[in-house]
Amino acid sequence: MNWLEALVHLAVVLLVPPLLLGVIQRTKARVAGRRGAPLLQPYYDLVKLLRKDVVLSRTTTWVFVAGPAVAVATAVLASLLVPFGERVAPLSFAGDIVLFAYLFGLGRFFTIAAALDTGSSFEGMGGAREATFSALAEPALFLALLVLVSLRGSLSLSGLVGEDTHILWVTAVAPVALACLSLFVVLLAENSRIPFDDPATHLELTMIHEVMVLDHSGPLLGAALWGAAQKLFVQSALLVRILVPLPDGPAPLRWVCFLAAVLALGVVIGIVESTMARLRLRQVPMLLVAASLLSAFGIVLLVR
Amino acid sequence: MSAALALVAVVLAAVSGLPGLVLPRDHVAADRSAALLLALAALCAVAATVSLVPSVPEQTLALPWLVLGERVEVGLDGLSAFFLLPTLGISSVASLYAVAYWPAHAHPRSARRLRLAFGLIAGGAGLVVISRHALAFLAGWEVMALAAFFSITAEDEREGVRRAGFIYLACTRASTLALIGAFALLHAASNGFALKALPGLDPFACRALFGLALVGFVLKAGAMPLHLWLPGAHAMAPTHVSAVLSGMLLKIGIYGIVRFASLLPPLAVSDGVFVLVLGMASAVLGVAFALGQHELKRLLAYHSIENIGIILMGVGVALLGRSLGHPEVELLGLAGALLHVWNHALFKALLFLGAGSVVRQSGSGELDRLGGLARRLPRTALCFGIGAVAICGLPPLNGFVSELLVYLGLLRAALLSGGALGLLAVSGVAALALVGGLAAACFVKAFGVVFLGEPRTAAAAAAHEAPQGMLVAMAALALACVAIGVAPQLAVPCLEAAARSFDPALGARLGDLAPFGSISLAALALLASLAGMAAWVLRRRLRPTLRVATWDCGYAAPSPRMQYTSSSFAAGLVGLFHWALWPQLDAPRLGRRPFPGTARLHTELPDPVLDRLTLPAARWLAHASTWFRWVQRGRVHSYVLYILVAIVLGFLAARGDLG
Amino acid sequence: MSELLNLLLVIVLLFNFLMLGTSRVRAVIDAAAAQGILLGLAYLTMHGASGVRALALGVAMIAIKGVIIPRILRSALRSQGIRREVEPFVSFTTSLLLGALATGLSVIFARTLPLTAADANVLLIPASLATQLTGFIVLTTRRKALTQVVGYLTLENGIFIFGLTLVEAMPFLVEAGVLLDVLVGVFVMGIVVDHISREFSTIDGEELTELRE
Repeated sequence: MNWLEALVHLAVVLLVPPLLLGVIQRTKARVAGRRGAPLLQPYYDLVKLLRKDVVLSRTTTWVFVAGPAVAVATAVLASLLVPFGERVAPLSFAGDIVLFAYLFGLGRFFTIAAALDTGSSFEGMGGAREATFSALAEPALFLALLVLVSLRGSLSLSGLVGEDTHILWVTAVAPVALACLSLFVVLLAENSRIPFDDPATHLELTMIHEVMVLDHSGPLLGAALWGAAQKLFVQSALLVRILVPLPDGPAPLRWVCFLAAVLALGVVIGIVESTMARLRLRQVPMLLVAASLLSAFGIVLLVR
Repeated sequence: MSAALALVAVVLAAVSGLPGLVLPRDHVAADRSAALLLALAALCAVAATVSLVPSVPEQTLALPWLVLGERVEVGLDGLSAFFLLPTLGISSVASLYAVAYWPAHAHPRSARRLRLAFGLIAGGAGLVVISRHALAFLAGWEVMALAAFFSITAEDEREGVRRAGFIYLACTRASTLALIGAFALLHAASNGFALKALPGLDPFACRALFGLALVGFVLKAGAMPLHLWLPGAHAMAPTHVSAVLSGMLLKIGIYGIVRFASLLPPLAVSDGVFVLVLGMASAVLGVAFALGQHELKRLLAYHSIENIGIILMGVGVALLGRSLGHPEVELLGLAGALLHVWNHALFKALLFLGAGSVVRQSGSGELDRLGGLARRLPRTALCFGIGAVAICGLPPLNGFVSELLVYLGLLRAALLSGGALGLLAVSGVAALALVGGLAAACFVKAFGVVFLGEPRTAAAAAAHEAPQGMLVAMAALALACVAIGVAPQLAVPCLEAAARSFDPALGARLGDLAPFGSISLAALALLASLAGMAAWVLRRRLRPTLRVATWDCGYAAPSPRMQYTSSSFAAGLVGLFHWALWPQLDAPRLGRRPFPGTARLHTELPDPVLDRLTLPAARWLAHASTWFRWVQRGRVHSYVLYILVAIVLGFLAARGDLG
Repeated sequence: MSELLNLLLVIVLLFNFLMLGTSRVRAVIDAAAAQGILLGLAYLTMHGASGVRALALGVAMIAIKGVIIPRILRSALRSQGIRREVEPFVSFTTSLLLGALATGLSVIFARTLPLTAADANVLLIPASLATQLTGFIVLTTRRKALTQVVGYLTLENGIFIFGLTLVEAMPFLVEAGVLLDVLVGVFVMGIVVDHISREFSTIDGEELTELRE
């Protein structure tokens, strides 16, 4: 493990995710005909939030504080499993795909628990929706990763997306495309993007993620937003590494290409969010099951 | 030596209830004596395991009794030791809990009987695990099953308890019947009662033997669809008995399956497939049913069905690996299943003990009558939270490690085999992922509705922390969960010894196949970062400057009953699974008047196999047999006529021999 | 000697038919008593010459089967105020036909058995079977408990007749068994009759159907 690359990796996951959020917001604004907030607006928001005082509800316990903390910790640790600009992630072993998925599960557990801790019916509603949709997104994620496992024969994320990803596109276009589509749907679902959830809505009854952090304020809200941004970044990084083969050059080149690709994916997410409407809640499970079926179909194509 | 120590441990456990019979009824020494004897038994079991030197695969001890012409033998090998440890360990922790939970002065009628039966469960189960003679196995099985019946019906003045006890008794009779059949076949095949390997058995006999044994053991282990007795028995029994039922009794069924599979030659591929599919169905349906439950102990019982499903998936993978000749798959599947046996025993017992604490302190197990207990029972909440995170299989706790091993087994099987088997392994991975997601949803619901938010009733608001003894027992189990999660290497020697007992041809080493070092590293990193953040929070400026009511987007006057209930939380998922669950809804008819009056809405999830299949079938059978009532006339004359007819028939039959 | 035995057995068979055809309870008891006396006489004809013991046994048998037991039954009849009709399930004609059928079948069946020449000449086996079957018919087709007791006694008589063929082979066994049977049977039946007449207000067997749920 290259210590320098590991440090760069850690710095990227700690500092860059809000930029991704800024890119998405800017894209949506431009498509809507507005100028939009500055690209660095999320950073300003985070700093503003960190400077505020802490106000807690009388009903809450240590779980309320643990929610954002666990979200951040799990997102950072999960990022160590995904290779960013390097060939091999800082922490890589056979079976780390399972750890990757379950770390986000841990973060989700505590986020929902923090929502239920407030004793509010809105947050309970958000928690219920999040629990329902993420339970259906898990098999979709695993099946998409299984397509890659069948192709590459490796049980580690670095083995799946680390090197020679162009081979994937040459040898088996259809299954990989299906897996990528499925992963994109999972990405949108897990990070509360349209068509699953509208991050810009102001109506509590239509929120999922926003309503879970309704009572978090100040530094805790900042941590929750930061953790969410990191989760989006890490999952986008995984998708980018499958889609875009990095050039076989020196490390700085690879890193720059990687970051550019992630931000480009941010633009794509922004365009998707601007052009689609939010799904009715009853249709969300169908979309997630459809994503699972896409990947399953990809596996059948491979195994036959 | 080890076998002798194991036998001593089993005997100590069995007699743990006896001193309570002679000691004064109300004295606390009676409770403590049972806990002390069980603790001694657990220590003996540990000593026996440690003294089982790895180079000697099995140690046996022949007892000076002859049963049906053969000496009764008990033995301790890797597999037996692996199951003996949680058997006696969980019993001992539960009896420690019972000192404070079911003290003799609070339950004068049932405490002595319960202590005696409790010890006999542990003793019987221990005998099953160490016996090498078919009849000793069956004797231990019966003792365990009947002692469990008496333990479940400790509060038999309640009608629900009696009903649950009878259903349990019927199922355990059926399971013993199947086992007697299996052992009869074994005797026919091996011409003796000793449990020894039969490498040359023909496939048909293998399949019949395994099939019968599977029916008997699955009835005890409680996998769907033979889980009829489980929810009722767990909900109605005293909590420490439920903990032992879930933590230990179900695993004896698993032990039986694994032991039988080890005696037979490698089974057909279809048998492994069957066990895997059974495990998948049990896991998914078990957790789906758990989602719809609104009573805490029934919820935990359905999760036991789910976890038994996961264990059976691991066993199925191991059997497939053995049939197909892939030792890594076999080792990973078996290690996953066995480690999940330990893990489930630990975290399920922890959850049940926590639930018992909640029920005792707040007076009710209904989720929608609780709430806000984390402020009133903080230590119980912490222990239950650790158990909840563990059972969802989330890192850094122990559930994750065993589920990872099963995943690895399935993934390797998917890579190594193509075609239908590969697709089956893939669907196994997807099923396990779905189960993980659903279990997380269910436990965040349970934990959230019970411990977080505001209390929904006055009883919940008045609850206070449980007594010290109960907390110590829970803390011990929670520490064990964390220990195995952070340092799974501790369990590797036992796992490897058990795997070698199962299949001596297994040469692969577990440490090479499974990334225990990386798991430890990740777990430690996670815990360290969380601890660091906690320290930062406590030290720096994250002290709240203001504590107010929940903002809730400006809602002015929320009441505790406006919080999300457990049924509402799970409604989405229950609706998605309605094709399997068949939920019942009693909705009020609001009528056409402008101002409707008070109305009630009630949702219920009756168990389909029990309430919609077995009990109606039993009632139909009782109704149909009234057609045959004319045979039972109540007149002496009819009976004499039947005797006469029988005698005449006997004459006619014997004529052939005489003439 | 065998001619005398055959004569006695034929009379026993006739008493069977009487028992089946009569409608008076008193007559049924008397028929059983008469059978008992005849069987005692049969025993005496077969073995009376063999000693004092046999003689004493024969006399005792006549006393018990012919006098004492019927006396107990008659006193029960009187004291319980039982109605004096037999009350069968099937009509008397049918009972007689059944009895005839039973006797015929016994004779046919006895022919198929591998008997010694001595036994084959005598009517012992057919009479035994016929009497047992008569006892069964009485047991199953008569309502009153008292008539059922008599049916049981008839059954015992039939068994005793069979035992007569084994007397040489196992002398003590047969006698002791038969006597004990009779004694125990009577005692049990007596107690049962007594209790039934105390538990229910009648010893009519109809009331026993209350046993069924």
